[in-house]
Amino acid sequence: MPIDSRILGELEKLLGRDNVLARADELLLYEYDGSVEVARPDVVVFPCTREEVVGIVRLANQFDTPMVARGAGTGLSGGALARKGGICIGFSRMNRILEVDAANQRARVQPGVVNLDISREVEHLGLYFAPDPSSQKACTIGGNVAENAGGPHTLAYGVTSNHVLGLELVLPDGEVVRVGGATLDTPGYDLTGLLVGSEGTLAMVTEITVRLLRRPEAVKTLLAIYNRVDDATQTVVEITGRGITPAACEMLDGWTLRAVEAYAHAGYPLDSAAVLLIELEGLREAVAAQAEEVTAACRACGAREVRVARDDRERELLWKGRKNAFGAVGRLSPSYYVQDGVIPRTKLPQTLRHIDEVCGRYGLQVGNIFHAGDGNLHPLIAFDIRDREQFDRVVRAANEIMAYCISVGGSITGEHGVGMEKNELMPLLFTDADLAVMRRIHDAFNPRGLLNPAKVFPTTKSCGELRVLAQPGSAANS
Amino acid sequence: MSASPATALTRLEAIVGAENAITEAEALAPYEIDGVRPRLAVRPRTAEEIAEVVRIAAAERLAVIPTGGRTHLGIGGSPSRYDIAVDVGRLNRVLSYDPGDLTLSVEAGIGIAALNETLARDDQFLPLFVPNMLQASVGGALAAGLDSPLRQYYGTARDFLLGLEFVDGTGAHVKSGSRVVKSVAGYDLHKLHLGALGTLGILTRANFRTFPSRGIFPDSRGFVASFARLDGALALRRRILESALTPLTLEILSPEIGEMFAAPVSAELEPGLTSAAPWFPRGHWTLAAATGGNSAVMERHVREFARLADEEKASNVFTLEPAERPHVWGRLREAFGLLRASCPAATILKIPALPSEFGRVIAALAEIAVRAGIPSATLVRGAGIVYFALLPGALDIERLATAVAEAFRAAANCGGHATLLWCPTELKRRIPVWGEPREDFVLMKKVKATLDPPGIFSPGRFVGGL
Repeated sequence: MPIDSRILGELEKLLGRDNVLARADELLLYEYDGSVEVARPDVVVFPCTREEVVGIVRLANQFDTPMVARGAGTGLSGGALARKGGICIGFSRMNRILEVDAANQRARVQPGVVNLDISREVEHLGLYFAPDPSSQKACTIGGNVAENAGGPHTLAYGVTSNHVLGLELVLPDGEVVRVGGATLDTPGYDLTGLLVGSEGTLAMVTEITVRLLRRPEAVKTLLAIYNRVDDATQTVVEITGRGITPAACEMLDGWTLRAVEAYAHAGYPLDSAAVLLIELEGLREAVAAQAEEVTAACRACGAREVRVARDDRERELLWKGRKNAFGAVGRLSPSYYVQDGVIPRTKLPQTLRHIDEVCGRYGLQVGNIFHAGDGNLHPLIAFDIRDREQFDRVVRAANEIMAYCISVGGSITGEHGVGMEKNELMPLLFTDADLAVMRRIHDAFNPRGLLNPAKVFPTTKSCGELRVLAQPGSAANS
Repeated sequence: MSASPATALTRLEAIVGAENAITEAEALAPYEIDGVRPRLAVRPRTAEEIAEVVRIAAAERLAVIPTGGRTHLGIGGSPSRYDIAVDVGRLNRVLSYDPGDLTLSVEAGIGIAALNETLARDDQFLPLFVPNMLQASVGGALAAGLDSPLRQYYGTARDFLLGLEFVDGTGAHVKSGSRVVKSVAGYDLHKLHLGALGTLGILTRANFRTFPSRGIFPDSRGFVASFARLDGALALRRRILESALTPLTLEILSPEIGEMFAAPVSAELEPGLTSAAPWFPRGHWTLAAATGGNSAVMERHVREFARLADEEKASNVFTLEPAERPHVWGRLREAFGLLRASCPAATILKIPALPSEFGRVIAALAEIAVRAGIPSATLVRGAGIVYFALLPGALDIERLATAVAEAFRAAANCGGHATLLWCPTELKRRIPVWGEPREDFVLMKKVKATLDPPGIFSPGRFVGGL
């Protein structure tokens, strides 16, 4: 349904012509995010204030037009795409850090602030914002809040919801409500906890109060190198089982690290089958002891070498390689499909073998680069999107992998969100009753369904060929 | 047309079996809340039985209050209606425990202490060290929203709860979250239940991440520094948190709490605390902290605690060995129970505040107590909570109500939000225990109406009478 042309005039009146894009060539950029999904909005607007956001929302209601919030468009599940067209509300101009309260380790920021900019702003105070999605140089805190973003260091420090204390919301009817706050345990239901990770389907956020952490005094980065993928995954089982919690524990398999090395020149060993990038942080004494224990675990599981980053430069190079890995793979393959399943850490070896087997069976190239310490997989399947037959195989393989994750007691998404990419998979994880109660919450906040429609919830009754059979001995059996 | 309530009670009895339905007045006494006694208590064995009970209650509009270890039935508002207590104590199994993954799934009625005994076999624990831990259930602790001294390092349940199953007000048995350490699929409904006092549903199952206990039990060490003035203790707190140190617990106690802690605790109250705790000099403010980890980490903490305390001119400094540390930890955990044992009318306020405002809030509260002529005591969680107790000798409700109202205002003036954690029932008729609803109340009403459409769960117990 084409957008009511009168709304364009109203939006231009409200925001000025510079803040409204409606030409087809201008809209092209906004039909994508970081996923493989595509959906074009009818108009993109850039509010600068909360009042303008409220004005936009009121217009959307008046003209019965869908709306969706967008940060930097780095999302990996289509969460910020205008699936039903309508207004895409870009928050890039609401990008001010409003307050830094060093004494209480808090900051109050607008949603368009880039994740890494918070940490840069408070670096001189010895503080930082812990959630560090790989896209942190570009992604915005508003997007992080919507998706409950994670990142490598969430292993030790938790995801976005662990670091957000309060929100200012613009509800789908244009009302403004503040939830939570700078203090802990505000009385009543934990609405902040509900809103973070609700994928922009319950409200838009115009202000966020975040917790800042103190920078650790010591950081040590290890690179454990393996000739067999199994040995690397077994190491993760071993480290977790020994009760060691690194700040981050990432795995890159051989195919991926070769792609990364060609781009980053970080010193990843080209002839290895897998590496673990393990970061230890904290008190000097704790880091020293952990480094010894982790090294011993790596060796016991067959690492052929355990390197320690000599200095910050080497450390940064290794992380640059890790955090830009998706981009590096983009140099090898026209498209790639990345998944986000989570499994119990004890199931890592068998799950990686399963992924390998499935992709082999479908004749697909897969790379694995993921948050091994959390059991949060990111199998990355290379393909050419112009080849529909190949894409169908990708989808079938991906669904098999996801069904397997669930069969061992896992989840379909650890940090990327459901969006419009995994919404049809939700029935694998949740019963009709589970989804019905979530749907009721959705409808209570977003009764007209104008805000970010057709996301999170399945649009079809069942998901066809996908069936989940519990694996022997898995938690899913209990 | 629905059947009569009497028939409904009979049907409820049939669901759980006569031996698990309590109807005699005397046997119902333990389920009483603020003098209100239910007509029936049921002890279901499964989530399905709970769902059946709720469906009948919903059809008959019978008010249901879920109970666990019944250690904190006294918190929250007085119930406006209370027909059925749903005692989840028989849902007490560990459903899955994967020590290698550090994840756990338990039924909501399981005792925290029993659970931790199980986890200890694998050198793990759940940092849900809430008051009355020896009797408290997991589900009750979640619903009551209780924190603990360990919040300094481990946070609250919100930080280590992975998912929940619950029966909503329609009688549907549903879940949110997951059983793995990371999942963003679906809405985090489980967070809504934390501290909601069972107003949104009956919890049946909870999934957690667990934590290694190596270097903490029994090895961790304590540290106690006392100061003639509050300022010194606050300065030391700031110095510790601005350093690289990572204390497990960090509290500040007023002289009254110190005095109470110094005395032996009766075995009836807490079996492990019967010896005296000679680390709290009379008339002093105290900072109590603990540290865990390997020996080098603990030595570094102890050394730097002592140095910082010295620089802040502490009058006494004690380092507690692993055998001594539990005596302080146990007292900190049970501080509210000790206060209530010492004063039947103890009125304890919970005031989340910005740490930079601690000094101002505490001074304002102390002044209010002095003006009212009511003894008081203060316990501060370093992370950002001030617990303030008014300890009247005899209950003068007028005077107490005035002081509490003033304390609410003082908290608001300092950017905090006071609530009444514990108080005499009479006071609840004068003062809303949750304070005045905030602007987000409009959303809370929507949440309540969504998860409990017939309005049968714990009516009147929560914010704004929800």
